[in-house]
Amino acid sequence: MGNNVYIAGIGQTAVSEHWDLSFRDLALDAIIRAIKDSEIDRKKIEALYVGNMLAGELAQQEHLGALIADHAGLLPIEATHIESACSSGADAMRRAYLHIKSGEIDCALVVGAEQMTDVLTPRATVGLAGATDADYEVAHGFSFVAINALLARRYMYEHNVKHEDLALFPVNSHANAVHNPYAMYRNEISVDTVLKAPRVCDPISVFDSSPICDGSAACILISEELMRDIGMEKRKDHCVSIASSACATDTLTLSAREDPLTLKAAKISAENAYKRAEVEPRDIDLFELHDAFSIMSAMSLEACGFAERGKGCTLAKEGQIALDGSIPICTMGGLKARGHPVGATGVYQIVECVEQLRGEAGKNQVKDAEIAMAQNFGGSGATVITHILRRI
Amino acid sequence: MEISRNWRLRYQRYMLEGTKCLDCGNLSFPPRRVCPRCGSENYVPRGLKPEGEVYSYTLVTSPPEHFESQAPYPVAMIKLDDGPIVSAQLTDVNYEDVKIGMRVEMVTRKLRAYGKNGLIIYGYKFRPVEG
Repeated sequence: MGNNVYIAGIGQTAVSEHWDLSFRDLALDAIIRAIKDSEIDRKKIEALYVGNMLAGELAQQEHLGALIADHAGLLPIEATHIESACSSGADAMRRAYLHIKSGEIDCALVVGAEQMTDVLTPRATVGLAGATDADYEVAHGFSFVAINALLARRYMYEHNVKHEDLALFPVNSHANAVHNPYAMYRNEISVDTVLKAPRVCDPISVFDSSPICDGSAACILISEELMRDIGMEKRKDHCVSIASSACATDTLTLSAREDPLTLKAAKISAENAYKRAEVEPRDIDLFELHDAFSIMSAMSLEACGFAERGKGCTLAKEGQIALDGSIPICTMGGLKARGHPVGATGVYQIVECVEQLRGEAGKNQVKDAEIAMAQNFGGSGATVITHILRRI
Repeated sequence: MEISRNWRLRYQRYMLEGTKCLDCGNLSFPPRRVCPRCGSENYVPRGLKPEGEVYSYTLVTSPPEHFESQAPYPVAMIKLDDGPIVSAQLTDVNYEDVKIGMRVEMVTRKLRAYGKNGLIIYGYKFRPVEG
């Protein structure tokens, strides 16, 4: 059903506090790298999808599609800004994928970019809280971290899970970031580091929480036909197939969910992605999950069928999430240690999956990786977008 | 100043007014035009009983803009006796004493002020029920 879609080029900037780079500078850095990596003539690009959450709120810049198309020298192509909070990046990816799959175009550019450190923390905090209900949570002083802390507290209470169990997730992410030149925190940490760090919102400590940061990542997507036409077929090691893409939604607030401890949209999104790619959880060689907070790692493993309800931490305790485990996660550092420039994150996850499937992940290479999954959350799993990628 | 935006929420903020589905009886807070349980569009406004228990809680130490002067402050998910869960601040309580399952009741308190000369926004918070 529909045309096959491939990722022919990737580009990323190192996640950091980029005080010298604006939103458009960041977007351009990743775009130029992705075009170069693809070796495709930029005249072939027919559509641009820009994933971003906060430029309107923090920089009073809207209309990002045309802005970036202009600065990337791509006028007059179709260009669109996609926003679904922290899943804006994967959402942009999915829109580009569907556009090529439909047969209307053969080549699209996706970029996720976010500049968050131009403003002070309370300003960024209120911007990020826009992922939840402005009238019924943010107006009452709720931050996005607070919402995850409420979830973590209840999860620990109901499932008898300890903070030291959840802390294994950031420890894994930091260990994997050490060898990723694009990661923000390239240092190892211990469970003690997590437990003894100051609380952002009790019980979530600074080390349970992904950072406020800047970054950008981009991908060039092409149709099978274009791949043939331009001789990309000869570069089979370079191109990666998008085996499936799926999006599902849930209530913005946890309060409105029948069972706040189940990420229903993550479950449905993953199940649809498995079905469309004709794979099962056990076929997945690595999983870039949305570890914005430690609690999200545990719950996402459960929602996607890797662990039973309340047992997500068991996989971490058994070492199964490590690079040589049964389901390696956050293989390049994840949101926690690579960093979480919100609207860019979903594209970083895809870029990292491509690195793994090309065999270019260096010391973090997952052996014989053939199938990779990326799952990006908007809010507390209110928009969930899953992509499954396959080596060709 | 966002006067109309805050005015629109007066029945929710002062009376905890949600909706009751006329077809399946489901209660919602905030109000909903379409019942999330049965899909019906038949509803009536319904003030909810302002009592419940703490479902989960945390302490906001790194607050969003406009709440800096209140920090640190406790927020919670309150499971109302009527069923719906409400997100609200806790008040009149030491954070160390808050427990999951603690009985609480709604009170009307200042949520925030828009600067020295601006609006003062009032709404619900929850405090422990005595005894």
